[in-house]
Amino acid sequence: MRINYYGFRAIYLHEMDRFRRTLLQSLISPVLSTSLYFIVFGSVIGNYVQNIDGISYGSYIVPGLIMLTLLTQSISNTSFGIFFPKFNGSLYEILAAPISTFEMVLAFVGAGATKTLIIGTVILATSNFFVEVSILHPLLMIFLLVLVAFTFALFGFLIGLLSSNFEQMSIIPTLVITPMVFLGGSLYSLDMLPPFWQMVTYFNPVVYLINGLRFAFYGASDFNIWISIASMIFFLVLCISVVAYVLKKGYTIKS
Amino acid sequence: MSKDLISINNLSKTYKNGLKALNNVSLNIKKGEILAMLGPNGAGKTTLISIICGIVTPSSGKVNVDGFDIINDYRQTRSKIGLVPQELTLENFETVFNNVSFTRGLYGKAPDPKYIESVLKKLSLWDKKDNILRQLSGGMKRRVLIAKALSHKPSILFLDEPTAGVDVELRKDMWKSVEALRESGVTIILTTHYIEEAEAIADRVAVINNGEIIVVDQKKDLLNKMGRKKLRIDLHEKTDTIPESLSKYDLELSGNKLSLTYSYDTQKQRTGITNLLQDIRDQGLKLKDLKTEESTLEKIFVTLVKENNEN
Repeated sequence: MRINYYGFRAIYLHEMDRFRRTLLQSLISPVLSTSLYFIVFGSVIGNYVQNIDGISYGSYIVPGLIMLTLLTQSISNTSFGIFFPKFNGSLYEILAAPISTFEMVLAFVGAGATKTLIIGTVILATSNFFVEVSILHPLLMIFLLVLVAFTFALFGFLIGLLSSNFEQMSIIPTLVITPMVFLGGSLYSLDMLPPFWQMVTYFNPVVYLINGLRFAFYGASDFNIWISIASMIFFLVLCISVVAYVLKKGYTIKS
Repeated sequence: MSKDLISINNLSKTYKNGLKALNNVSLNIKKGEILAMLGPNGAGKTTLISIICGIVTPSSGKVNVDGFDIINDYRQTRSKIGLVPQELTLENFETVFNNVSFTRGLYGKAPDPKYIESVLKKLSLWDKKDNILRQLSGGMKRRVLIAKALSHKPSILFLDEPTAGVDVELRKDMWKSVEALRESGVTIILTTHYIEEAEAIADRVAVINNGEIIVVDQKKDLLNKMGRKKLRIDLHEKTDTIPESLSKYDLELSGNKLSLTYSYDTQKQRTGITNLLQDIRDQGLKLKDLKTEESTLEKIFVTLVKENNEN
């Protein structure tokens, strides 16, 4: 057995099955909350805000809201996926199975990314009901969505590995990711900020992700697209390195 | 039953907190046998099993399974092994059938609903196949763990306290299942607190204490070598003291003064029973009844552990 295809498939389908079982929580909840954002910010407040880079405010915030969902969902899906068997002890059978660490991580992260991409696609479709959405570079958009979904699913896997209780699992998505997305230009252009806060925002990595996606939608961005892609790839490589190090040390899952 | 299927050589494990769970353990397990590992809590039984299965990393030493190294050739070794853990660790929100199928997939086997059906039927779980795990009793969950361990047709089965918390009827059912598995060629290694269990089903017994194996032997040989028999001699009339001429037999007089107990070694060529009975008759004591009692594995186990702790 050079590659454990069935082992990979078992973990992947098992995780996707959990998504199906908790459909209300996994899919309906993010779609509902994003719809509320569109109603409040896009339709109500948007009527009083002038166009940004020639784009109506309602349409302008679509990439930011998709990115908010993508980041929070990919982290929570995968962190829960690995944390739960660790918590209830059923992780023993994955550790005792003839499956490599790479295959195991790929299955968890692949399932987390798939779930996130499904939710992202549904939200993109939902946004069409509220605002006009055009996609100038569809292939670039798909590339960025897949890259972000995988990268942050891997980040979520790391959080799940390192967390020892449910509270720790929710700290990063709630206290770090959500503020970073809101302060990362999801609902405004960086040009609208005073110079000092613009400078501060450059240290927020999420800014580059949102701007990259906005470029794929409307061709408008505060940065060159390559800066956005490079920052995503840098974060992906960082996550791969840390996960590989943690798993090699066996931290929290293997004595 | 001949070839060594598992070879453990100088295996040691020290956890990060400094606990030395295994100390230079060497053990060979033969193909087709049932080996029972006995030991008090914290003796190192679960650590030993966990290392062979790949859940715990050894500090030093080597383990080969069917000629393959457990670290370098982990895919070959793990695919041969099934593990029933001590704790009821299950995905509680999945059905029985999906749970068992999931384990089969993890071990690299293509889905085979017919085989899973046969495993569930053998373990009387087929009528529960669509039940969510959390709806099952503890005993049923224990059976699901066994079904999961058998889902990929392992040639080696580790049972870590398989009948802990299980009622007597189910325990005996499990013993039958274990015996049937052995007959189908599966090598079985079990840890247990129930000495009765080891006595009933094991071929060989290994006693572990403080991370070291203090004895490994055929169950029968262990009983023969270490077992002592007792002969209880019931008398018709009370005797207040043991007569002087019988002192060489080291007899024990019962509290009601109506019986004498004589301990003897079954391995000795002369047990001394004939002479004892002759001397009792010469003393004028009238015999009412004779009973013999053999040492159990439990008594041997307790003696071994006690001696090991004292040394």
